[in-house]
This record gives sequence, structure tokens and C-alpha cells, in this order.
Amino acid sequence: MSKAKCLWLFLGFCMLIGSANSVFAKPIEIHWWHAMRGARGETVQKIVDSFNNSQSEYKVIPTYKGEYDEVVNAGIAAVRAGKQPHILQVFEVGTQTMMLSGAIYPVYQLMGDQGYNIDWSQYLQPVLSYYMNADGKLMSMPFNSSTPVMYYNVDLFKKAGLPLLSKDKPVTWDEMGEITAKLVASGVEGGLVTAWQSWTQVENYSAMHNLPFASKANGYEGLDTELLINNDKVVNHIARLKSWMADKRFYYGGQKYQGPKSEFIAQNAGLYIDSISGIAKLQSAVKDFTWDIAPLPVESWMKEPQNSIIGGASLWVFKGLPEKDYAGVAAFLNHLAGTESQVLWHKETGYFPITLAAYQQLKADGYYKEYPYQEVGIKQLTRREPTKISRGLRLGYFIQIRNIINEELELVWNGTKTPQAAMDSAVARSNEKLREFERTYK
Amino acid sequence: MIKKRSYFRTRSLPYLLILPQILITVTFFYWPALQGLVASFQLSDPFGLRTRFVWFDNYVALFTDPLYLKSIMTTLLFSGSVALVSICVGLFLATMANRALRLTAVTRTLLIWPYAIAPAISGILWLFLLHPSYGVIAIFLEKWFGLDWNPLLQGSHAMLMIVLASSWKNISYNFVFFLAGLQAVPHSLIEAAAMDGAGPFRRFWTITFPLLSPTMFFVTVMTIIFSFFESFGIIHTVTQGGPGGATNILVYKVYQDGFVGLNLGSSSAQSIVLMALIILITVLQFKYVERKVQYTG
Amino acid sequence: MMVEKTPALDLFTYGALIAGIAVVGFPIFYAIVAATLPLEEVARVPMPLIPGDQLFANLATAWNRGDLGTQLLNSFIMAGGITFGKIVVSLFGAFSIVYFDYRLRVVAFATVFCTLMLPVEVRILPTYEMAANLFGPLQPLWDALGLNGLISWFAGHDISVKLEFSLLDSYAGLILPLTASATCTFLFRQFFLTIPEELCEAAKMDGASPMTFFWKILVPLSKTNIAALVVIEFVYGWNQYLWPLLITTDPKMTTAVIGLKHLLPSPEDPPDWHIAMAGALIVVLPPVLVVLVMQRWFVKGLVEREK
Repeated sequence: MSKAKCLWLFLGFCMLIGSANSVFAKPIEIHWWHAMRGARGETVQKIVDSFNNSQSEYKVIPTYKGEYDEVVNAGIAAVRAGKQPHILQVFEVGTQTMMLSGAIYPVYQLMGDQGYNIDWSQYLQPVLSYYMNADGKLMSMPFNSSTPVMYYNVDLFKKAGLPLLSKDKPVTWDEMGEITAKLVASGVEGGLVTAWQSWTQVENYSAMHNLPFASKANGYEGLDTELLINNDKVVNHIARLKSWMADKRFYYGGQKYQGPKSEFIAQNAGLYIDSISGIAKLQSAVKDFTWDIAPLPVESWMKEPQNSIIGGASLWVFKGLPEKDYAGVAAFLNHLAGTESQVLWHKETGYFPITLAAYQQLKADGYYKEYPYQEVGIKQLTRREPTKISRGLRLGYFIQIRNIINEELELVWNGTKTPQAAMDSAVARSNEKLREFERTYK
Repeated sequence: MIKKRSYFRTRSLPYLLILPQILITVTFFYWPALQGLVASFQLSDPFGLRTRFVWFDNYVALFTDPLYLKSIMTTLLFSGSVALVSICVGLFLATMANRALRLTAVTRTLLIWPYAIAPAISGILWLFLLHPSYGVIAIFLEKWFGLDWNPLLQGSHAMLMIVLASSWKNISYNFVFFLAGLQAVPHSLIEAAAMDGAGPFRRFWTITFPLLSPTMFFVTVMTIIFSFFESFGIIHTVTQGGPGGATNILVYKVYQDGFVGLNLGSSSAQSIVLMALIILITVLQFKYVERKVQYTG
Repeated sequence: MMVEKTPALDLFTYGALIAGIAVVGFPIFYAIVAATLPLEEVARVPMPLIPGDQLFANLATAWNRGDLGTQLLNSFIMAGGITFGKIVVSLFGAFSIVYFDYRLRVVAFATVFCTLMLPVEVRILPTYEMAANLFGPLQPLWDALGLNGLISWFAGHDISVKLEFSLLDSYAGLILPLTASATCTFLFRQFFLTIPEELCEAAKMDGASPMTFFWKILVPLSKTNIAALVVIEFVYGWNQYLWPLLITTDPKMTTAVIGLKHLLPSPEDPPDWHIAMAGALIVVLPPVLVVLVMQRWFVKGLVEREK
């Protein structure tokens, strides 16, 4: 092949790549990369289908791109290669990274530009606030949101002569001490286990007791934020759990292959703290006992506990795509926030509906009469207006910080460190990460 | 460099022949390595829209981070244990197989296959054996030794788990080398020693063992490289670096910080450190091999 | 090599060998037993050691649940591609380095051999970026040369060309970066150096071209070496973990070794270890068979690496 021929071939090849995704595309394709596998993925498909069938101008194409961290990596690689999808689902700990990325089209702006006049006050505020910037503007569309609650084994409670727990009024941690003691005394192997220990025992504990997790309003108001979780209250809470380990009133179920959930299912533990999204799994896995849900315990001095905070993921819109696509993106997000989609999403996955309208609809339909435990989380989440401290966490390198907290807690559980030393070290290590993050974005 | 005397004299053909190799090496080796080197001097957000040159800050941060130092120690402990277990067992079995004259080939067949099993799957097999609630060995340990087996909480238990899974996979590799090395020991030497009245054990230590030392060296290097890198699959399926970072070896940390934590600068610096380490080992090995060549003439 | 009769030592030898084989074989034996049992038996503590009759049912469940058909095919393509690519590229490379004298020969040699011991794991992050956009490094060059203008002129309207060619979620992405290794080239070079000079001289006298010599003499002579490398590289390719984990996100592109992780019972699920073990057996079978069937060449190839 001559050199000239090669050159022309190469140029032709480049043009093909350069132009392939812009012409002859009708309807306009909207790409959405997500991390919802199995049953959740099927619900995603249902919502997408209902949007695609409702109009012919746009076609949303959802793609499962792996676990949460894999989806983020795929999104980053795509942005760097200039091939970003329209919508990317990112887990809550990636919020700060996405917000500062400079690669996104904030949702409030998108909806405004496309002429959607949305009354954001008609949304569940503790859900929205996690994804708002410091000025209260919504940066990404909340998608799957959950909050931790406490599951308990009704049969074991009865056997131990314990009264059942209220679905509205949280028990206190002092009462928890007595309940778990009675459970263990009645012959249950252990009292309490917890999943996602950083999220449930540190992040949510701090939010509900209105204790700052980090300075600068949990990082919302500046990158120069520092962790504050080595305060007396948190340390005492960890120390209490550690002291309960002596007689197995509390024990560590691990984060992996064995896991607290299987301990609860095997009736080794009478109480179990985990996300409300675990409901579906328990419904199918538990055959031989009755269980119920109660709000997370609070301290006796906290007369008016704050809302708990959410976990899960939200949908980010990338900029830099053809202008005409964004009308479709906005239309789809609007469809997603619609009552019909939200009701379906909540019923099938257990994740919260994000609008008050959907919540009212579910109430009116008598859904919570039929499944009263489904409402515990949502009530706990909305029991008070979020404060600057309970609205959420906004930290850089949050994934690593969570890992640090998990590691340090494990060192408390296995007796290597005292709770104070572990929390001090978690703060010091996390602050280093935060400084590094700050320097990157300066 | 050793040269052939008889060359073909075609001009462009040799370039054409080496081109694919060079192209692939440069594209997927040198260019990424260079990028990694540059990135290790930068602070960069994951999207690559903001980068700051920070000189050696990432390295300084690394070597002042007690956790990184801990990870180095963990890696050394892990590779050392894997090398010790798999080399001792491999050498022992090879010596035995070499003695069992008629059964040597059969034994080899029965011991060689774990080589073909992926580290990740080896991890899964051992996880099943040592699973705190279902594992048969875990139950055995608890019953007979009264051990409260809990790899979820006890770092040493988790470490034992990955050492076993890695060593198991490596025994067959070492076995093959030692057996070949043993079969190459000249029969006449052994017979001469026997005639001098040296028993089998003395013969092993005074004749066979010294002659095996180059193999020993090679096998050690290969085992260390294996446990540094390929054990990633085992860690990822079994412990994910936990509990409390007790099994977070260097290569797993690169992955965790870079791909999960999105801290590109630190992760790149860690890669460069690893790269330097391997280059050092390679240089050492070649030096040794050179000397070996001189000894044998 | 038994020089004298030592019955006690012989007894010990066979005893130790049997024990060794049993210990080394135990994990796979246990996995096989688990794969033949129904769920209730597997979940029993401790699990019985007598095989059950559910092997085929479990294999079928694992096959369907894990989509192993697709994944095994991907693994075959990946392992085969790596094996074929590495061997072809290094045969040519070693031929060029050993049988030709040219100015950049030493440079080429050094360039390739510096990579001898460095596994993909140490350069994983930038290689990933590279794979995400293969032409990324050329973009600045492209822009600097003002080639956009040239193309716009050619096309008659404004076109901005973004050089992009992603290897993510593709077979090329699974295969190409892993073929960048010098081990095979090194082995072939060592082997070529042991081939007598006369063969090459004779070929030249007969007026054979270099490529004729290569195909007619060199390649047939290298047959055993090629066979050995086929085994080693196939196993290497099949067992890759970190790279396919990163580069594929589409479940349809996942390899079997990665896919197996999804068969592991998660804390939420019933302890389906019989399914996980059945899946593991299926996934380890191809490389184990290759190693056992081609044992002779494999051992030869392995041991030759040392030299």
C-alpha cells in the first residue's frame, strides 16, 4: 500500500469515528449507565420502557456497567475519552467528586433551561439536601435512596419476654442495653449486629444527634473541612458497643462473605441494623420466623432526634453533548420523578419515593397499611427538617474515608485499639486525605 | 550480546519483523509507564480537568504514611510466608518423587495441576475450606485446637488464609522446577558419595542441595513476583485487604486507592515504587545468572 | 536414584508422597464433593465427604445462573488471542534480532527486554487510560498540526475530529495489552541461538529468502518450544484477573474467572456453595486439561525459562 493511500484510509477512518454518532440518529438516543443488577435492573428497565413508549422523539438506553465503583470508573474513562453517556448513576460518597468535576450539567440548571418549572419543596427534603450545593441548588437527581433502620426478630423477642418495639418512637440506647441483655439471657447467641458500620454507627448516629461529622457544615461550606468524629459522644457510643461485645450483646458480623444479614437470618442475632433496601431480601430469605422494623435507637438525652441521612445513589448529567439531546434528558428525569415511576420504584425495590406526591399516593392507596414496616424509614427520614448538620455529608475522597473508618472500627472490635485512639487516628488519617483533595481542587 | 555470524542482508525486513513487538511494547508498556511516572508527580482530579505539579509530594506522603509502611511490611510477611511454605513443601515433595523411581511421572501428574488454577479460584476453594461458618478446616481448627477461628476480625487468621491459598497454588510450580533440578544432578556424584559411606541425608545436604541453589534462587524470585502481583485475585476474592488492613498488600492498595478511591497521584506513585522494586529484583537476578554462567564455564 | 536399599526410608518416601498428594488434592476433592450435593447437605456443618448425585443438576444451575457459556467463550477468545498474539509477535521479533544485523538492533533488543519481568499490574492505571482511548496521546499532535483545518477543507464544511478508539469492553482490549511481554521473545531468542550456524549458511547457499528460511526451517525446529509456550500462555491468559476486571463492565464481555465471583454466595443469599463449586470446576477444567494433556512440553517449557 502506498503512503498516500494509507493516509487517506486513516483520514477516512477518523472521520467515520468522528461523525458516526451525530447523524442519522432518530429517535435521539439517551444513554444511561447504572449499577442496578438483578431485580432492581428489571425495575429500571420497566421505568425506561414506560418512558420510551410514551413518546417517539427520544429513546433511553440503560446499560448496567458493573458495581458502583466500576460505574464511576467507566464514567470517568468515558469523560476523559470524550465519550460520556448522558446520565451516570453515582453512589452518594462520590457526590463531592462529581460536583467539582467540571464535567457535569447541574440538574436544577438543566431543568430550568429546558423549561421545567419544578417546585423542589414538593420533594423529600432529606433526600434532596444530600445532593444540593451550599446554596441549596440541586446538582443531581436523587435516584435510589435508603436509610438505615433496625430489624428485629419478633419470635425471639417474645421468647425473651420483651415487648415489641414502636414503629414511631425510637428506643434509647440505654434500653437497647437491657433488651440485648435479655435476649442473650434468653439463650439467643447474640444481641445486635450491624451492616455498613461507618454509615449506620458513625454517620447516621452523628446526624440524628445533630453532632457535626465534619467542620464547615459537614463539608458543604468549604473544602477546608476536617472530620470531627473523635468527639466524646461518638467515642462513647463506640466504647459502649465494644463493652457489649464481652457478653455478645453486640458482635461484629464482618463486612463480607458471612455478613450481619446472614447472622440475623440464622437467628444468631435478635437485632440487626441495615438499610431499608434490605427488606426485599429478608422477605424472600426469612421463612421460619417473624421480623419487624423499628427506627434506629437514640440517646436518652436527645429528646428530639434529627432525621437520619440517606445512602444510595443519584443521577448526574454530563455536559458536552449535543444541545438537542438535553431536552430528552430533562424529559426523562421528569418522567422518572413522576408519581407513577416513583410508586413503582418504591414498591419493587424498597427505595424511597423522592416526591411528596408519590408518598401521599402510596398512603392513599393503603400501601403502608398493608406493609407498615415500609413506612418506618421514611418517617424516620422526615421526622424533622434537616439541619445543616443532618442534611448530609460532602467530603472529598469519601470512599477512602469510609474505608479508614471501617478499618479503625475493626481495630476497636478486635481489641487492638481503644475507641478514642481509633477515632483519633480515623480523624487524622481522613484529614490528610481531605487536605490532599483540597490541594487537588485549589 | 551474543551474535550470530551468518546474517541475512535484507534491509527493511528486520524492521518490519520487529515492528509489531515494538509497537505493542511502546503502546502498552512504555507510554503507560511514562504516563504513570508523570502522574506520580501530580495531583489530579479523576476527570483529568485539573492537574497540579507537586514534585515529590506524593512520594513523601507515601513514605510518611504509617499505613503504607504497614502495607510494605504486610507484603513482605505475605511473600516471605508464601515463599517459605511453597518452597519447602515443593522441595520436599520433589525429593520424595525423585526417590520414588518408578512413580516419578505419575506423581508429577498428580501434583502439577494446581498450576493451572487461577489465583482467584484458588482463593475461592480455600475460602470454602476456611469459611468461618461452613469451612471444614475452620470447624476442625475450632474443635481440635479450641481456636476461635474468625478471619473477619483477626488479621492473623485472614493472613493465614491467603498464605495457604497462594502457597497451595505455587507448590506445583516449585515442584516442577525442583524435580527437574534433582533429575539433572549427576548420578556419579551421588554414587561416589555413597561409596564414601555418606548416608542419604548427608548426601542431600552436601551434594544435591548446593547443586540446586540456582534453581532455588530462581524459584524464590518467581514466587516473590507471584505473591507480589498475581495474588491480587486471591485477595480480591477472599479478604479484600481486611480486616483492618491486615491483608492489604501493595498491589491491592494500588487498586484500592486508584480505582476505588480515585486518588490518582498516590496510586501512580505506588505503581512507580513497585516498578522500581521489580527492576531491582530483575537486575539482581541477571547479575546472579551471569555469575552462574561463569562458574559453570 | 536409590543407591542403596533403605526400606525404612522407602516407606517414608511413599508415605510422604501419598500424604502430599492427598493434601494438595484436598481442596479440589472437597470442591468436587460439594458440587455433587444438594443445598441441604452442603449447608450441613460439617459437610459430608461422601459425594451425592446432584452433580449434573448443580453444573447446569451454575452454567445458567452464571451465564458461563458466554463467559467461557470470552475466556477462550482471550486466552487464545493472547497465546497466538504473543507467540507470533515474538517469533518474528526473535527472528529479527537473531538473524539480522541492522543499526537499531541493539536498541530494539533493549527496548523489548526491559519489559521482561514487569507484569501488567504495576502499570495498571495508565494502561487502563490508554485502553480507554488508544489515540489519546495523538490528539495534541493532531491539534498542533492543524489537521482539522485540512479535513474541513476536504469535506467542505467544519468538522472537528476527536481521535478516539476505545478498547474498553472489547476483545482487542482484553488481549492486546497483555501481549506486551518479552518472555516469549526471550525464550525464542535463547533457542535460536542454539541452532547451528550451518543451517542458516546452507539455506543462504540454496538461495532461500529469509522468510523461506523462517517458515521452512526455523518454525518447524521450534515446534516443541511453541507447544510449551502454548500451554504456559494459555494458562496465563485464561487465569488473568485484574485486567479483565477493569476493562470489562459489560456482563456479556466478562471472562469466566471474573464471572465466577458472582456465583459466590453473598451474605444475603442462601449458602449456595454447591453451585459456586460446580461453577469453579467448569472454569478450571480447560486450563487443567491443557496442562495435563500437554504435560511433557509444559514441563520442558517451564524449566527452560530458568536458563
